[in-house]
Amino acid sequence: MTWPIIVAVAAVLLAPLVGGLLRGLDRKITARLQGRIGPPVVQPFYDFGKLVGKSRVVSSKASMAWAWSYFLLTLTAFTLFFMGQDLLVVFLILAFAGGSLAFGALSARSPYARFGANRELLQILACEPILLLAAVAVYFQTGKFTVCSILEANQPLLPYLPLVFVAVLIVLGIKMRKSPFDIAASEHAHQELVRGVYTEYSGRFLALMELTHWYKIVLLLAFIALFWAQPLWVGVLIALGAYFLELWLDNIAARLRWSWMLGVSWSLGVGFVVVNLVLLSVVV
Amino acid sequence: MGFLARARVKSPWILHYCTGGCNGCDIEILACLTPLYDVERFGILNIGNPKHADILMITGPVNWRSRHVLRNLYEQTPDPKVVIAIGVCAATGGVFHNCYNVLGGVDKVVPVDVYVRGCAARPEAIIDGVVMALQKLEAKKSGGVSYAAGAR
Ligand code: SF4
Repeated sequence: MTWPIIVAVAAVLLAPLVGGLLRGLDRKITARLQGRIGPPVVQPFYDFGKLVGKSRVVSSKASMAWAWSYFLLTLTAFTLFFMGQDLLVVFLILAFAGGSLAFGALSARSPYARFGANRELLQILACEPILLLAAVAVYFQTGKFTVCSILEANQPLLPYLPLVFVAVLIVLGIKMRKSPFDIAASEHAHQELVRGVYTEYSGRFLALMELTHWYKIVLLLAFIALFWAQPLWVGVLIALGAYFLELWLDNIAARLRWSWMLGVSWSLGVGFVVVNLVLLSVVV
Repeated sequence: MGFLARARVKSPWILHYCTGGCNGCDIEILACLTPLYDVERFGILNIGNPKHADILMITGPVNWRSRHVLRNLYEQTPDPKVVIAIGVCAATGGVFHNCYNVLGGVDKVVPVDVYVRGCAARPEAIIDGVVMALQKLEAKKSGGVSYAAGAR
């Protein structure tokens, strides 16, 4: 029982570093794709430090409480994942964390935040079925819902769950707030509804949002890495590949309407997972 | 310089607002973001939300309507912040200086830290202005800058 705890603690400590660097690489690569030089790779850490040093402006106390709940719930999901626990629990907690973000935005009387919150809820609606069904697919393959069971399995998941993998890539795009799915709030230079769900947060609360976002990205990438866990480094490479695929998509795609996002994730995303599950039960 | 102080200088986010000029200066501000000048390499982002901004870039001579908006934006921006008045009309009213509807300069409404001259201000001058503003931002945090009692 001690090993999972050590792994989880190490992951919690290292994730901000990895997440920040990934975001820095993201900005650098995006800039290069646009023919610019781009900020230094450590820029997200500067942004984080700057935000921590700003004065406190609180638009509504409730939304600050929700901000903490967003952070703590994400952290809980993250820790459970790295302790090798149940994927269903991890995804449900993650969904509630997303809900907290939306409720926080709804607690401040700001029209922009309100729109952002509604769209954030729609994003959760788009992602959750895919993630939960992906956990079911993992169960089909390994007989358990846990992360441990994937690590202990003797063959990788990807050859058996290729369509589930594609569906999870759609979720990654939505959770990373990248085009074409950046509808609740967008990352860095893009603007949507001022700043969508983040509009009412400033200073250290925005820094907290950013930190949470880093944890979430690392968590999702770790889940993607699990698709090739024998050996794990192949999975890590696949996850990085998926990350850069999203960056590329972000730069060539326009933003979709929310109805399109739901359409894509429910028809293609859920469809892919279900077809994969059917094939798995028929063929294997 | 500590990490926080360094971070402040390395990550200025800009809010830009036109108080009623001809839009010439606004186009020059946006030109700074293009691949030719690419101010993002200094960590500068053009942000649409005053609550996330560090630097207010104001253009235009300020008229009786836009002064409320300007005041509002200024108050919504968390400290430490700096204000840059861009173009001659933001400094004195410029070509609009004796219009009946014009107050004549951003400093009639909010305290200004840096004036960038030009009609329109060149992108190079704007970037220079931001560099100057960053020094002031640093000085402000360490208590080196204070406004005169009459400053509005
Ligand atoms: S300074 Fe000149 S170019 Fe700039 S907004 Fe005023 S009139 Fe237009």
